[in-house]
Amino acid sequence: MRLEYFEMIDQVVRLDRAAGQIECLALVPEASPVFEGHFPGHPLVPGVLLTETMAQASGYLVLAHLDFAQMPFLMAVDKARFRSFVGPGARLEITASLEHDGSGYAVTKAAIRHEGKALCDAELRFRTMPFPDGLDAPMRERAKKIGLLDGAAA
Amino acid sequence: MSTDTATFDRVADIIADTADIPREKITPESHAIDDLGIDSLAFLDIAFAVDKAFGIKLPLERWTQEVNEGKVPAEEYFVLKNLCARIDALVAEKAAKA
Repeated sequence: MRLEYFEMIDQVVRLDRAAGQIECLALVPEASPVFEGHFPGHPLVPGVLLTETMAQASGYLVLAHLDFAQMPFLMAVDKARFRSFVGPGARLEITASLEHDGSGYAVTKAAIRHEGKALCDAELRFRTMPFPDGLDAPMRERAKKIGLLDGAAA
Repeated sequence: MSTDTATFDRVADIIADTADIPREKITPESHAIDDLGIDSLAFLDIAFAVDKAFGIKLPLERWTQEVNEGKVPAEEYFVLKNLCARIDALVAEKAAKA
């Protein structure tokens, strides 16, 4: 994870396009300016960044589902629950499933686990739109870097 | 277009619940945007609830394109009696395919 750059997903472990499921890994850095403020002397990954992590895993799932025809933008977060704390060096396992493929929008359920325990979960909704100019190539590059399609089934 | 009253009641309940609009303000003649003040984000929330409730997929992208291109007046999709008639048609179409 590069928290300051909002690069939350390190690796896609499994992508099942037919089932609409993705599994990702993310390693929380040992040091980050984020931890200087959240919190001084007691570093914790902020819930908002855990939400972003679930959103990015979901976003890559939607991108793969749409075969990069459109870009998903987060528009709603429902039923978000943060069940535990996590700090520097943690290995996060992120899962997301496509709950509904709407016209112009998509709905996912996502969760993060840490050391086998539930860390957080939420239902996320995305508006899907044509790629804004110049965003298509960087998103494909980023997806390639994390191996989005390497472990794809179906 | 004729509207199934049961469809309207379900849709009105969804709108009231999703967009936090008093149920009594919602009539078959209500325009979702002009009369009820539903914005695009709230309309997508409603679309999700409608898709789930009726087991259909409202073709929002096509509708939006048709309205933006001036091919179809917005009232055809956003006045609730018309929206409900289209939901009934989509449900019938799905049943015919099953």
